[in-house]
Amino acid sequence: MDATEIDEGLRIRSVTGVDFTLPVAGVGGRSFAFVIDLHIRAIAAATWLLVAQVIVTAVAAGSGSTAIMWTAVPAGAIYFLYHPIVELIMGGRTPGKRIAGIRVVMRDGSPPGAGPILVRNVFRLVDSLPFAYAVGLIACFTTDRQVRIGDMAAGTLLIYDDAPTREAVTALVAQGTAAGLSAPQAELVDDLLTRWEALGPGHRLHLARQMILQFEPGATLENSGTIGEHDALRRLSALLRPSAPAAPA
Amino acid sequence: MTQGLESDAGLRAWLTQRAGLWQGIEAQLAKLTRGRRHTVDEANAAVAGYRALAHDLSMARRVLPDSRVTRYLESSYWRAHSLLTRPAHRFVSDLAKILREDVPAITRELRGAIFAVTALFVLSAAAGASLVHRYPELASLFLSEEAINDVETGKLWTEGILNVFPPAYVSIQIFTNNIVVALTAALFGVIFGLGTFYFMVLNGLLLGGVFAFTAQHGLGMRLFEFVSAHGPVELTTICLAGAVGVSIGESLIRPRLATRLASFQSAVARGSQYLAMCVLLLIVCGLIEGHISPDPSYPLWSRLVIGWSWWFVAMCVVTGRIWRQPAVTPSRSTPAAAP
Repeated sequence: MDATEIDEGLRIRSVTGVDFTLPVAGVGGRSFAFVIDLHIRAIAAATWLLVAQVIVTAVAAGSGSTAIMWTAVPAGAIYFLYHPIVELIMGGRTPGKRIAGIRVVMRDGSPPGAGPILVRNVFRLVDSLPFAYAVGLIACFTTDRQVRIGDMAAGTLLIYDDAPTREAVTALVAQGTAAGLSAPQAELVDDLLTRWEALGPGHRLHLARQMILQFEPGATLENSGTIGEHDALRRLSALLRPSAPAAPA
Repeated sequence: MTQGLESDAGLRAWLTQRAGLWQGIEAQLAKLTRGRRHTVDEANAAVAGYRALAHDLSMARRVLPDSRVTRYLESSYWRAHSLLTRPAHRFVSDLAKILREDVPAITRELRGAIFAVTALFVLSAAAGASLVHRYPELASLFLSEEAINDVETGKLWTEGILNVFPPAYVSIQIFTNNIVVALTAALFGVIFGLGTFYFMVLNGLLLGGVFAFTAQHGLGMRLFEFVSAHGPVELTTICLAGAVGVSIGESLIRPRLATRLASFQSAVARGSQYLAMCVLLLIVCGLIEGHISPDPSYPLWSRLVIGWSWWFVAMCVVTGRIWRQPAVTPSRSTPAAAP
């Protein structure tokens, strides 16, 4: 695969002539994913430890060495082998990376094989030094692709992979079609409704009035000034889902 | 082509019509991603789907730039692209190739580094032994207080370990520790080789110091007996891992490729194949150390036979002699090949 590193991300050239760009994930996304994964593996290891301890105590009457074999060893394996094994199974992702919307890829944009995944995880020994992944964090802050030493060694990097799902796209297309809106118009309305709570009251009302004026049949400039918050929300929801009941305030 | 799509009605019709196709392609890609054995028809269908996605993405970029539809198509297109360009999965043949071809080739490449690291380790061990021999109090730098007390009362810390833990647990603990030691020796080469240097010196000092201290208390032979079954391969493997560390450090000091990063990646890629072999050797050493070394029923001669036989096999793997075919000499009775 032919790939070029540009400011916006990693540009991949394909044989069809339709190139595409993969946005490179930063330290924030990386750290967020790590913290989630840290909790998942700690909880999984602790759960195994507790459950196995109860079972071993009941079955083997608490024999010390057998108990360690069935409790501490697998728990340690869960905690320390979580990253390489889960990344291998999920093709460069972990639950934490999935939640953070990021994915490990090779520098040419291809999915990583077993070798690079093992190398980038083995290098955690170096990246985690001297504490709290200090070496890895410094490497991320100082490299142009925001990669830690493990990624440099394995030739991998992290990209954002949080594209909308097909369900979201087809549902929006269907909604827009049913309401007589085009796909971009439906997307605009849907975006405003999704971000409604995050926007300031003045801004969202201003945007809502403009959309109602543009997209709602029969809406006039004279009436738009009197539209309140609750009314705007109801009318926007009706625009997108004509058959649905009015949205709650 | 895009003229009909410029109107809202045309765009809606196009999206509605293509959404079904995208659904089909997505299902097909998901199926291909999961499995590994596919028919030629399935592969052809994936290529056709990839081209259809490329066409639709190109269209969407023109009529719906920065929209969710375009982002969705870009993502699907990238997935199809990755799937079609991914290398074939050949785990067994790849592993066989690493062991038969790559490992012996890397051994030849690293010959100088292996000798240098081994010499450093041996010299450090001699220095450690000499230091503790002259200043016995320095043993506290290498051994815990409990172990020192045991040795001073005529008991090795390794004795009776099987009475406390089962051999399987001891083996797991030992080979995990050895693997971490080998990986550390190799990975610390990233500090321009200095990490590996200090690590090998430290481990050499420790080994020599411990041997000298036990010898002072008449336990040297017993410690030698303990390590003789697993020690030869274990120590050799640590030196091999150290040589990988040296090569990683050298790739950063004197890059052979266009950039330091490329040189570093190449050294790590080669080194990781070698480390994979080291890990396999250390797992066997761990099993020996957990099952045979602490068991007093094995006499010294049997330990030596096991230890050096295993070392010979390991060296045949490292140098590739184990795979080498004997040269075929043409037999007089063999008929000449037809032209």
